[in-house]
Amino acid sequence: MRLPMGWRNLRQILLPIGQTVVFVTGAGAICSAVMLLLALVFRGSGADQALQATQGVGILTYTFNSLPQVLIDGMTIGFVYAAIALGYTMVYGVLQFINFAHSEIFALGAFCGVESLIALNKMGLLAQASTLAAFMYLGLALLVGMASAGGMAVLVERVAYRPLRNSPTLVALISAIGVSFALQDLIRLTESLTTGQFYRVIPTFGNFDERINLFRIGSKVVDIQVKSVVVIVAAVLMLVALNYVVGSTKVGKAIRAVAQDKNTAALMGINVNAMISLTFLVGGALGGAAGVMYALKFTRIDPFVGFMPGIKAFAAAVLGGIGNLTGALLGGMVLGMIESFAGAYLGTYTMGAFGAEYKDMVAFLILIVVIVFRPNGLLGEHVSQKA
Amino acid sequence: MKESLKSRSQVLMAFLNRGRTPYFVCIGLIILGFALVYGSPRSIPGFLVFVFAASSIYWLKMNRAIQLALAVFLAVVLVPILGARNLFYLEVVFQIAVFSALALGLNIVVGFSGLLNFGYMAFYAVGAYLWAFFGSQQPYLLHSTVTSKALNTPFFLAADWFYLFIFLGVIVAAILGLILGLPVLRVRGDYLAVITLAFGEIVRQLANNLDKPLNFTNGPQGITPIQRPTMPEGVLNLFNQVVQPVVGHRVTDNQAYNILFYLIALLVVVAVIVVTYRLDDSKVGRAWTAIREDELSAGAMGINANKLKLGAFAVGASFAGAMGVLFAASRTFVSPETFTFLQSVGVLTMVILGGIGSITGVVVGATVVTLLNIQVLQSFSLYLSQLRQSDAVFLGFHWKNLSNQLDPTKYQRLIFGIVLVLMMIYRPAGLLPAARRKRELGGDPEGGDVEGKEA
Repeated sequence: MRLPMGWRNLRQILLPIGQTVVFVTGAGAICSAVMLLLALVFRGSGADQALQATQGVGILTYTFNSLPQVLIDGMTIGFVYAAIALGYTMVYGVLQFINFAHSEIFALGAFCGVESLIALNKMGLLAQASTLAAFMYLGLALLVGMASAGGMAVLVERVAYRPLRNSPTLVALISAIGVSFALQDLIRLTESLTTGQFYRVIPTFGNFDERINLFRIGSKVVDIQVKSVVVIVAAVLMLVALNYVVGSTKVGKAIRAVAQDKNTAALMGINVNAMISLTFLVGGALGGAAGVMYALKFTRIDPFVGFMPGIKAFAAAVLGGIGNLTGALLGGMVLGMIESFAGAYLGTYTMGAFGAEYKDMVAFLILIVVIVFRPNGLLGEHVSQKA
Repeated sequence: MKESLKSRSQVLMAFLNRGRTPYFVCIGLIILGFALVYGSPRSIPGFLVFVFAASSIYWLKMNRAIQLALAVFLAVVLVPILGARNLFYLEVVFQIAVFSALALGLNIVVGFSGLLNFGYMAFYAVGAYLWAFFGSQQPYLLHSTVTSKALNTPFFLAADWFYLFIFLGVIVAAILGLILGLPVLRVRGDYLAVITLAFGEIVRQLANNLDKPLNFTNGPQGITPIQRPTMPEGVLNLFNQVVQPVVGHRVTDNQAYNILFYLIALLVVVAVIVVTYRLDDSKVGRAWTAIREDELSAGAMGINANKLKLGAFAVGASFAGAMGVLFAASRTFVSPETFTFLQSVGVLTMVILGGIGSITGVVVGATVVTLLNIQVLQSFSLYLSQLRQSDAVFLGFHWKNLSNQLDPTKYQRLIFGIVLVLMMIYRPAGLLPAARRKRELGGDPEGGDVEGKEA
């Protein structure tokens, strides 16, 4: 009995890692293939000639040479989206409700994490931190962000969602929008009251800004920032942990039971309210961690920082199939890749007519198209694992 | 406690509505409000009394014709006079009119047919940019890069095309409403909300980014100057001759324009209210309600749900389109900043605060939120900054030390947010619920699942 149990646990750990690898390579490979095909189509076009005039390479070579960097960037941002999307998808799975305030939970996590790093910096700890210590401090900031965001998510559920649980879905949705707006300004209020500035910049410390050279293509060095590696590793660890908790523990089983049928779950002795709170706690904590990672990657955050990543992560969750944990990972990855590709190539291919500023719109378009034509998402309803 | 309060207010209403009393009360209130605002143009209590007097025309029981005459007299004579004395009030009333029309349009989509729309500002933006493009020099600048300085080129169209463009705004916005409506017909409930949100953001981003390859919108800088319709010949002089003794100074060209826009906005709002009233109890309005309650049963009753939903989107959008044209002309400037998600939610807040589906409620909601936004919050901000400059000490707290970031006008989101949550929890039907809504949301909490779960 013991061995199979152990095997199952191991499987629960290895499976998401395998899925991650498959999704990353799959999304990357498909996007790259489409891009290279496009490059072939565009050969000899105005864009090609313009490139040859300015950079001395044809569009095919240009595309091929910059692919690895674009893929790495897409993967990094994809993991951030996936971590946020998990929060949406978990809550949707349990309550069939779009937690619109999740983007502000994310922002709150980012602010708390960054504030704790700023506090550490004021104590003078960050400036002289060794690499190991720097990682520890970052871990601490991640924990602070997770704790505060998770706590806030539970609080929000208790105050603004629970009284409305039996109301029409739109009533709860409007309440969620209200919470989202109120939280944005609450963050802004506290931040600007304390220092007079409503945005924060993460202090520079450790070796997170350094770049690791991976390989060269022609004259171009492909590198990855240390912080991107941190983001990817942290996201994968969280995914694995979440999958383990939901898939292999008693609590996870209870959450799945509540997601399936609240009344029956209650009859089985499961405390439904506690499980819903727990769902919000876990989803919020993931969002908070994603917030800290986002701050690490993009350095500057403001109270409205959550809106765009929030919408995109929601798009990712819908794209993957909302309510489905694996789907959130897949959706996040696909969206991150597409966005990264759009940002890198749109300007070159349209000769500056439509630049990288349209990459946000790509996410919205994907959201609309998926909801209209395939509301169940890529993975559909048939995937049984539903948290 | 609540009961006694209710009965007391009933007694009061009975007393006020006896015999000729309402006429005296109403006219007395109007004179009082007018005198207060006239005497001290900056006093807020005076203005609130005036607003209260205006509302009393509606809720006191009087002869219909007299009510109408009083309302017209108030809106067309008294308000412009007061407005000429203090332009700020004209601005307040103008904004109330604009947002009432927007809220009424959104009310048709959200309130009547139960389709949650978070991208409503997109239609407003389309109306505004329509006139902004054709009513400025922008068509000549298509091939130039973003500029902010005025050019010497003439305007593209003559100024009086503006009046035609109000109708064009209606048509274009309605078409856009159909375009949005078509793909989302199969989507319901919260997914619809998210799609409309995405749509609204796409329109805003287009406005933000369409300065290349062809410069349609002048990007984030926005388009300026935009033409205003020409002031009819001689009207200003005539107006001055009549009202100068009352106003106390010569009405300048700019002030006259403010009055003109106020009057146009008033016309549009009246048209919108009439259309909404006529729709509410028409066959179409009832069909919308039926769809909102239960789309499947409505279909079984022979209602073509798709057609009617598209109709709701188009009608709702058209109001916003007309107001957008008016807005662009009155500000002589548009930029993407005006059409954010915040604004869409602001209009939604008006609808929900007043009473979703209730016409009076929506107008009241628009009035309250607008007053809160541009008057109450601003004077509160002013008060705080005065405190800051004074040496006052309250409970050991030196007001001087109050952070100047604590500026209530900047925290609309907080207020909208809290209002939305509280309304959803305690009064989902709004302050002045529609009669039908009241029954359905007040009665049983379980039976109110109007919009269905998901697509």
